Formats: sequence, structure tokens, C-alpha cells
Amino acid sequence: MSSPEGPPIRSVEEGGIPDHSGPGFPVRPAPLAEMLGIRKSFGSTEVLHGVDFEVLPGEVHVLAGENGAGKSTLIKILSGAYDDFEGTLYVKGEPHRFAHPSEAVTAGIATIHQELSLVPSMSISDNLFLGREHTVALGRVDFVRQEEEAREILGKTELDLSPRQPVEDLPITAQQTLEIARALARDASVVVFDEPTSALGEQEVEALFRRIRELRARGRGIVYITHKMEEIYRLADRITVLRDGVVVRTASASELPPREMVRLMVGRDLDGDKGLGVEASPEVVLKVEDLRVAHPRLRSRFVVEGVSFTLRGGEILGLAGLEGSGKSEVLHALFGALEGRTSGRASLAGTPLPLRDPTRSVANGMVLLTNDRKAMGLAPDMSVAHSVSLSSLRRFSNRWGWLRRREERTAVERLTRGFRLGAPSLDAPVRALSGGNQQKTYLARCLLPTPSVLLLDEPTRGIDVGAKADIYDLMGEWVRSGIAILLITSEMDELLTLSHRILVMSRGRVTAELSRDTASKDRILEAAMGHGRGAA
Amino acid sequence: MNGSSGVRLRQWWATPVARALLALLLMVVIGCLFNADGAFFRWSVHRDMLRQVSVFGILACGMTVVIITAGIDLSVSSVLALAAVLFAWLLLPLGWPAFLAIPVVLAAGTALGSVSGILVARMRIQPFIVTLAMMVFARGLAKVVSGGRKITNYVMDAEGTARVVDLPRVFDLVDSRILGGNLSIVTVIFLFSVALTWVVLSRLRLGRHIFAVGGNEEAARLSGVPVRRTLVSAYALSGFFAAVAGICQAAQETQGDPETGMAYELDAIAMVVIGGTTLAGGKGSVVLTLIGVLTIGYLQKILSLNAAPEATRLMLTGAIIICAVLFQRGKK
Repeated sequence: MSSPEGPPIRSVEEGGIPDHSGPGFPVRPAPLAEMLGIRKSFGSTEVLHGVDFEVLPGEVHVLAGENGAGKSTLIKILSGAYDDFEGTLYVKGEPHRFAHPSEAVTAGIATIHQELSLVPSMSISDNLFLGREHTVALGRVDFVRQEEEAREILGKTELDLSPRQPVEDLPITAQQTLEIARALARDASVVVFDEPTSALGEQEVEALFRRIRELRARGRGIVYITHKMEEIYRLADRITVLRDGVVVRTASASELPPREMVRLMVGRDLDGDKGLGVEASPEVVLKVEDLRVAHPRLRSRFVVEGVSFTLRGGEILGLAGLEGSGKSEVLHALFGALEGRTSGRASLAGTPLPLRDPTRSVANGMVLLTNDRKAMGLAPDMSVAHSVSLSSLRRFSNRWGWLRRREERTAVERLTRGFRLGAPSLDAPVRALSGGNQQKTYLARCLLPTPSVLLLDEPTRGIDVGAKADIYDLMGEWVRSGIAILLITSEMDELLTLSHRILVMSRGRVTAELSRDTASKDRILEAAMGHGRGAA
Repeated sequence: MNGSSGVRLRQWWATPVARALLALLLMVVIGCLFNADGAFFRWSVHRDMLRQVSVFGILACGMTVVIITAGIDLSVSSVLALAAVLFAWLLLPLGWPAFLAIPVVLAAGTALGSVSGILVARMRIQPFIVTLAMMVFARGLAKVVSGGRKITNYVMDAEGTARVVDLPRVFDLVDSRILGGNLSIVTVIFLFSVALTWVVLSRLRLGRHIFAVGGNEEAARLSGVPVRRTLVSAYALSGFFAAVAGICQAAQETQGDPETGMAYELDAIAMVVIGGTTLAGGKGSVVLTLIGVLTIGYLQKILSLNAAPEATRLMLTGAIIICAVLFQRGKK
């Protein structure tokens, strides 16, 4: 079966057999973790069909695949969330079957989840020793010793913090750094990163990458899951592509060009970045003057300070800025969700907006997609159909509030068909869907009321390339039909490709307005860091 | 056993309604085993169970709505007492006609519920605390209305002379039975309450908003759901059903007792929870509550048929609530 040289890459498509001697590793070091023939079913559906996966010391192994390909399930087996699987999991050569995540941690596998697993109200030191507290007689916690060690751990990071500080006061990046520090303190040999950059700004991503490279240099094995192409090729030593619960290829990063990888992930060819090619109409839809948002606690300070702009029909206006620049607050304030903290004037198609009532905003044709689907977007137990129609119920009911359910259903079905929504049924609860399909459900809710202005905060966060391409197509359709979009995205390429104009914000103010022709990564970053030449 | 039917059975078994029905079935089986010399097989036992459980069931309807919003309403028992007292007072000493008294009592219950709702929605006080305060307040109000005594058809005049007034027909009507004595009017009112709640939750815009607010309040707000109005409506509905239950209670007792219905809210909560509606909010249904009401009804009936002493009855009820909830959650 295998040729004398041996295939350089494993591929189910090509009928290859598992060959662990990758080209980058002539003398193959023993894998830190190895998964062989992993099968896993939920109920009667098998989602992993015999997956082989390994992590070697000193490598960053990217696990790529569309949402629903089985990445999360595989990682959950590795990190001890599931123990009812077939196949074998070896950690440092020993077979393991973790009944609980803490067993995986003990065996040296740390997982940095998309959602951080720190207890917000507890101190840094308490969090670092959570579940493995140092104790003295009678099980009393040795806080003094913990604090000392915590200070030591913090000393090794770039964080200048006191171990007593509660975690909830820290910015999300510091929390993430802390989680990584915790993993290292527990002597993890394998660190799994599950989309760690989805909540980070550009600078913070750089800091994270530095940390990951350090880990690699120290001989740790890193499993990295991401949907961002740029990240994959900046970090990966090897890439394993999963599709529909099968490994379609494992190869070194240099041998798997991006286009090929996307083809493997999606199983079809995507036409590349072509932009939306839609011209904005001259008619102004949204006019914002001197928008201000007060700080949630310090009322004398402002997180948005005097922002003015106009948005035209069919236009995509990008809003760029680092974390804390106030860009998300602009969206929330316009939507009326920051009642009591917002001042300024805004008008939608000539009608002044009250800036304090989300219900009215939706009725006026302005909807908001937040950047946190879980906390601010969807109710997990609600069915897909009901989630989609939630913002449009007035349209589907008479004045007594009686729902015209058939009409509602038809509209939801028609809309979701265009979204290529992968749901077992529209009556399934949202929680049963993969992240990408949840995001599509959320987007569909925003579209069903046929808005004239869409406020989109990270519309493609945490979803795979296939779904992203779908969403770009949809955005093109919306813009063509005259909808205006105010767009925030932390993916620079996305911002540059989609936006007609880009406003860059820094510390609550607009520091630059760039047209599509003048915008570039450098100029955006420059203005975002506060070196702009003032708003145009 | 056939494979595919096995799978289908397992899927059906996973639905909340199936689990609630199985708990009820189990209760009936227990009734058949401990049948108290065949008493459990007599139709009259089941008929009486339905009648006895109806007032609680009416409270449980409103409780279901509030619990789905991730709240709780502890005040229903006191609102019930206030409604009973107010109803008796309007009819007996004041001699109002029933068609005027009933809307006034229902409006009073709804108003008290709305006050709780406003405190929860506007002042952002926790539902437990708001309705605990309302529980105490409404009980006090009931005593003010009744002057601290039971209001009966033995009426005191302003001069202090006592006389007996005829019980208005509405008392008999509510406490009467139809279909050859097989179905009491109170039970009909209960079933009507279930139907009304079902309509609200499943057929009205308000119902969707209730589920959305309970499932994720912030998400609901940012989707344009009028969160405050929804919460006020939910508590108002609970107050309304408490008033309905109060009217039934007054009719059954033929008096307005300010001490009536003590701790009924706990039974109502137990019935909702035993049906499988979780206190976390965002899911549940009144059909589950109906099954829960019957389950607890049978439990009480079986215990009383077997002449279980009060102490045993209380302890068993507590234990069985926990078992039923665990049983419904099933194996993860």
C-alpha cells in the first residue's frame, strides 16, 4: 500500500495509511498525546468516525475544520469532558480515559477554552489554585503560601497585578494570560487552545502568539483551533483538517497552501475575496451627531466622546479600533441599549431616534447583532424557529397579540433556506446547533424584521470559512437591497474587503476616516493606537 | 425488540412530557398497589381528587408563567386570601351582585400581581424578595378588609345587631357539580385556567416574550423584546389566577377567611416543578404543570386513603418531590 518513500501526508481521500513520520520530523519524537481510531456518538449519530490525531513535543498542531466537523468533540475527549468513546487515547505513551476534566489536567493536558473558565468574583490567587488549593491542617487553605506562589507565577507573565485582585476587574486578555499561566503552573505538557483570539484585539493577539511560541520553545505540545487563516499560517507547524468527523489530511503547514486547506475543509471550491461590488446610494439613512456614552461607573468619564458620522443606504461603514476604543458602545448606544448613559443626536431617515429604547429601535428598522451570542444573543432552550422570529413577532401577530403561526413559519423557513442553516430541525433548541449555525440563527433574527440599518458587531466571530463565505454573500445581498450596515470586525481583511469607508476609533473618539482606496492595515492600526490625523 | 422502534421509544422517553407522564403513571401504579381495600378503584376517589386539587392547580397556572420568566411568586397564597375575603365582603355584608363583585376581585388580584411585577421589572429587586414582601403585605391587607375576622353570612350591622343573610347563588354555583355530579365547577375553572395559560404561552406574542425573557433576559432586551412589560404581565397574570383561586376558595368555604390558603404557594411551586418546568427559566409548559398537579393530587389522595398520619404525609411528600424531579431529569 505505501510506496517506499511513504506518503508525506496522510489522507483518507487518497487511501493513505497512518504514517507518523512527518517530513519535518526525520527522527520522530514520542508524541505527548496520541489519539487512535477515536469514534464518538451522541445518541444514535456518530460524529467522529475513527479519528487519528497526535501532538509532538515542540509543535503547534492546528486542528482545522468547519463548524460541526468534530473538532470540539475531539478536543473534549482529549480534555476529559467525554469518556464514552471508542478508540485509544495515549498521553506520554500511557493509555488514558479521563472520567473528569481534572484527570486530564493531572495527566498534563490543559485546555484554554473559548469561554474562559475563571471564577470572576474570586481573586487571581484563588483562581490559580482553584481545585488544587494548598492546605494546612483541617483542610484550611494556606492563603499566604498561595499568594506567594501566585506572585511568582504572575512575575513570569507580563502582568503587573496583585494576586488579591478579583479576576472580574481584569481585561479579557489579562484573564487569558492568567489561564495560560495557570496551565503552566500545573505543569501541562499539552496545551489546547480553543479559538483563543475570538475576544482579542490585534495587540493582544500578538502577545498571545509570543506566549505560544515560548511554550513551543520549551518543548510543550500545542493544539490550536482557529477559524482565522492568518493565524493558522503564522503559528502552525502541522495542520490536521477534519471534515464530517474524518481526518481528511494531516500535513506540515508548508505543504498545505491555504487554498488547498480551505478546499479540504469545505469539500468544495470557494471563489476568493472579490469584495461585494455594491455602490452605496447617495441618500443618508443614519445621521449621528456628537454621540457620547458615559462610563458605566465613573459618570464623569466617557467611553464614547463626541462621535459623528453619516451612513448611506447600501453602504457598509467599518468601525475599527482596539479593545476598549468604544466601538461596540457606539453600536449599543445607537440601538438604545445604553439607556441613561447616552447623549447626542441621531436620526434614522430623518426621524430623530430616542436612543433609549431597543424595542422602538427594532420597530424603526434598526437591529443590533452583539459580539457575544451566548450572553446577549440567544436563549439556549428556545427553538431555532422561535429564536429567528423573536424580533419580528409584531409583524406576525394581530393587535391582540395573537400569533399567525403559519405565516411566521413560512417566513422563517424562507429566510433560513437562504442562510444554508444546518439544523436538525427548526424546532430543535438552539443549543443543539454548532457555533456557526447558531450565529446564522442569530443573523437570521436580525434580518427577518427587514431592517434599514444593521448594526453588526463581529458577525463572523468564531465561525468557519464556509459559513463566513455564506455570510459575505448574504451581506452583499442585503446591501444590494439598500440596507446600510455599520460593521465591527476584528479581522482586518474582512474589514478592508467589505467596508466602503472605515472609521477608526481610539479612546472614545474617531481618529481617522478612511475610504476604501486609502485604507490599509498600517493606517488603521496607526489611527487605532491614537496617532490619527483627526476625523475627516 | 425492533431496533427502530426502540430508538423512537428512547427519543419519546427523552421528552419532558413523557417523563412527567411516567411519573404520574408511577403514582397511579402506587395507588393501585396501596389501594386501601379497593377504595382507589372507586371513581368517586378520582373525582374528589380532581376537586381538591383544583384551587392549587389554578395557582400553579400563574406560577408556571412566572417561573418560565426565571422568577417566582410567593405571594399567591396571600393574594388568594385577600381575594377570598374581598369576594365574601362584597357579596355578604355589602350585598353586591356577583357579576360586579367578580371583576372587582379579579382586578384587585391582577393589580397586586402588577405591583410585584413593577418592583421586579423596574426596581430590579429579586423576585423572591419582592413576592415575599407581597406575601406578607397582602395577608395584612386581607386582615384589614375583613377586620381580622372571618366574613360569613352572619352579618353585623352598623348598630351592632347581627343577622343572617342568604348565601348568594354564586357560592353554590362555584361549589356545585355537573355531569351527574362527576365534574365540579371548580375543576372546570381549573381546566379553563390551564387552557388560558396555554393560549398565552403558546399562541400569543406575550408567551414568546415570556420564554425569551426567562431564557436570556439580556438577549431578549437586545432583540427588541419589551422586557419590563413582559415581566409585569407575567406577575399580573399570576395575581389574576390567585384571585380566581380565591373566589373558588371562598365559595368552597362559604366564607372569606383571612387566614385561608396558608403555604399554598409551596404546593403550587411543587406542582410546577414536579411537572418538569425548571426554576432556571426559559422552558416549561402548562401541560407539564397539569400533569404535575395530578401527580401531587394522587400522592395526597393515596396517603389519605391509606390513613397515613400527617407527619408521614409531610415527610413522604417532601421525599417524593425530590425523587420526581430527579427521575425527570433522568440520566444525562
